[in-house]
Amino acid sequence: MKTMTKLWATVAICGAVFSSTAFADPHPDAELIIEGELHIATRAEPPEHLGGVLPEIYSGWLFRTDETRELQMDDFDNPGMLFAERGEDRWYTADGSAEQSCADCHGDVDSMAGVRAVMPKVNENGELWSMQNYINNCRTERMGAEAWGWNSDPMKDTTALISLQSRGMPVAVKIDEEAAEYWEKGREMYYTRFGQLELSCANCHEDNWGRMIRADHLSQGMSNGFPTYRLKNAAVIPLHQRFRGCIRDTRGESFAEGSQEFRELELYVASRGLGLPIEGIAVRQ
Amino acid sequence: MSDVRPRIRLPRSANAGDVVEVKTLISHNMETGLRRDGSGDAIPRQIIHRFTCEYAGKMVLDVEMEPAISANPYMEFDVQVDESADFVFTWYDDDGSVYSETQSFEVS
Repeated sequence: MKTMTKLWATVAICGAVFSSTAFADPHPDAELIIEGELHIATRAEPPEHLGGVLPEIYSGWLFRTDETRELQMDDFDNPGMLFAERGEDRWYTADGSAEQSCADCHGDVDSMAGVRAVMPKVNENGELWSMQNYINNCRTERMGAEAWGWNSDPMKDTTALISLQSRGMPVAVKIDEEAAEYWEKGREMYYTRFGQLELSCANCHEDNWGRMIRADHLSQGMSNGFPTYRLKNAAVIPLHQRFRGCIRDTRGESFAEGSQEFRELELYVASRGLGLPIEGIAVRQ
Repeated sequence: MSDVRPRIRLPRSANAGDVVEVKTLISHNMETGLRRDGSGDAIPRQIIHRFTCEYAGKMVLDVEMEPAISANPYMEFDVQVDESADFVFTWYDDDGSVYSETQSFEVS
């Protein structure tokens, strides 16, 4: 009799634990396999700096509907690939007074493998730069060309193309030494409540991931899929644009894309996903 | 319109009589004519209004497209292939341009 009670108690507790952390939507065993060959992990051990606030880290891919997940599994179906293809044309096209293309210095685009995985990164002058800053620096200082807007079509095409080269490589941003002060500021911002609704990033993505916010299935807010193709915009979206949208959703005055605040936040958010593979160009809702 | 490029994906092989999945995509803004630019003027409509697929000289798909179709129209459909022949895909743009792609297909 005693053992039966113990058994029931164990089953009851297991049931309770499972129901509180189970996903509303995706099958817990969904696997991201691109073109039937390339396996991309969508789950990983959480990085140490999180101190156990997340039991496991998950890619945003796992929180989307079956149809959305399928779009990312085929490079022909993935609408974001069109942007990368346009970016590739641009890579080999000369631009600016120096009459140089990206390829003239960097060679073929696969030389960019690993770049996306370490962004944002502190440059040699001690400034925290995102990929967009490095690109514009090349354009203005070495190509004699005009800087691209953060959200402009050529910038989206090129960042999508460069991200694709790191597909499958784990996020590996540096958060110590010269990056530490920026990382701390980013972390502070992540836990700061903004807007009329007084919501911080953590309120949704740390405290309530897995739950529904209206019709949206909350992910852990990982950035390994960015720049991502968003079905809502029918376009590739850089991470800062999503940050802007998130803060706007709190009914607050948002920071600008490319601002110091967003670059610091980008570093911190990337570090929450340390170990998750870059998904090239992800597809999200 | 710059940058209008068709893409096609066909299976690598099939037997005579098989039904094969054809995927086509064309990069195109599909401007609906309802959007306004910065000065408030309507951006003129320009869409692909018709897409056809012919196999072995026979029309197998003829689609009339309206402005509600989103950018970069993607068409996925099945075709029964009875013999080795050419697939001819044609896209008709509002501005009179016609984009065409031909791809030969072998059946074993």
